Amino acid sequence: MSKSSDIKLVNAPDGVEGQGFFATKLDTVVGLARANSLWPLPFATSCCGIEFMATMASTYDVARFGSERMSFSPRQADMLLVMGTIAKKMAPILRQVYEQMSEPRWVIAVGACASSGGIFDTYSVLQGIDKVIPVDVYVPGCPPRPEQILDGIMTLQEIVKSESVRRRSSPEYTELMASYNIT
Amino acid sequence: MALESAVIEDKLTGAFGDNVSGFVQMKDILSFEAEAAQANAVLRYLKEDPLLRFNFLTDVCGVHYPDNDKERQFAVVYHMHNWMDNVRIRIKAFLDGDKPEIDTATNLFLGANWQERETYDFYGIIFKGHPQLKRILNMDEMESFPMRKEFPLEDGGRTDKDDRFFGRSTDNALNF
Repeated sequence: MSKSSDIKLVNAPDGVEGQGFFATKLDTVVGLARANSLWPLPFATSCCGIEFMATMASTYDVARFGSERMSFSPRQADMLLVMGTIAKKMAPILRQVYEQMSEPRWVIAVGACASSGGIFDTYSVLQGIDKVIPVDVYVPGCPPRPEQILDGIMTLQEIVKSESVRRRSSPEYTELMASYNIT
Repeated sequence: MALESAVIEDKLTGAFGDNVSGFVQMKDILSFEAEAAQANAVLRYLKEDPLLRFNFLTDVCGVHYPDNDKERQFAVVYHMHNWMDNVRIRIKAFLDGDKPEIDTATNLFLGANWQERETYDFYGIIFKGHPQLKRILNMDEMESFPMRKEFPLEDGGRTDKDDRFFGRSTDNALNF
């Protein structure tokens, strides 16, 4: 049994503190909230998916990082975790799942296959999911250990924390989406 | 009494004459070659003959022999199994390299449907009379028949593979 004193809360962001008030940037607060409640959508197609199952389970427990609930509906997910080989025939489905997610959305490519095609340099396999959707974090490994997947999620948390609330309407972001033909 | 290979060979030669040839016993399986035009009749004979009783079509697959003569560049291989006597048999039918076409076996075995689609998918062999001859494993947009030797096995879009790091270039030192 853990004591309630063991529970660590997220530290308050930098800001101006006085008696009865605390002032900080909206960006920071929103980023803090987003980063610590990333709902994952596991898109597991092979062995990396098995490692992710270990990451979800008690020993590694991804819930400690605010990702308690796996969202199997893309509509309610923030973070798409692509784990495993994506065949070219699967690519349009992966793309559709990504398009169904609502903004803000982030993508982690877990393992060598999702990142680059891995050992499967062959006519039937997509050579990295970044050929069809934008990727925020790549986790290397074949398959990566749960610690590496957690490290990838924590890296993404850092990205999310520092993301401006206006990034998704910026011209750069529109351009990025247009380069993938996603509207 | 078990069904002997010699008996099978005699019966087939008796029924099809020169259209079946090249009988060879490899381990416990008898193989022979059938004329492509007669392949369907041979399969029917093997299935319906009361003595032979090859009631099960185990597999249909293709082979590409790019170095063969033009009229023998593709082969369709059928594997059949007699469940009663537990005897297997393998039939090869050679097809033309420019126009690989053979009659479908779906009139005899419904299970041939997907196996012929797969053979079409990978080799581009046309099964005449097949109810739905379209790709089954690869994506529909694919233009090549990937198991043919003229198509590259590797994906052209690979960007992270530098030949120098995989021992594929002849002289590593000169490339740096």
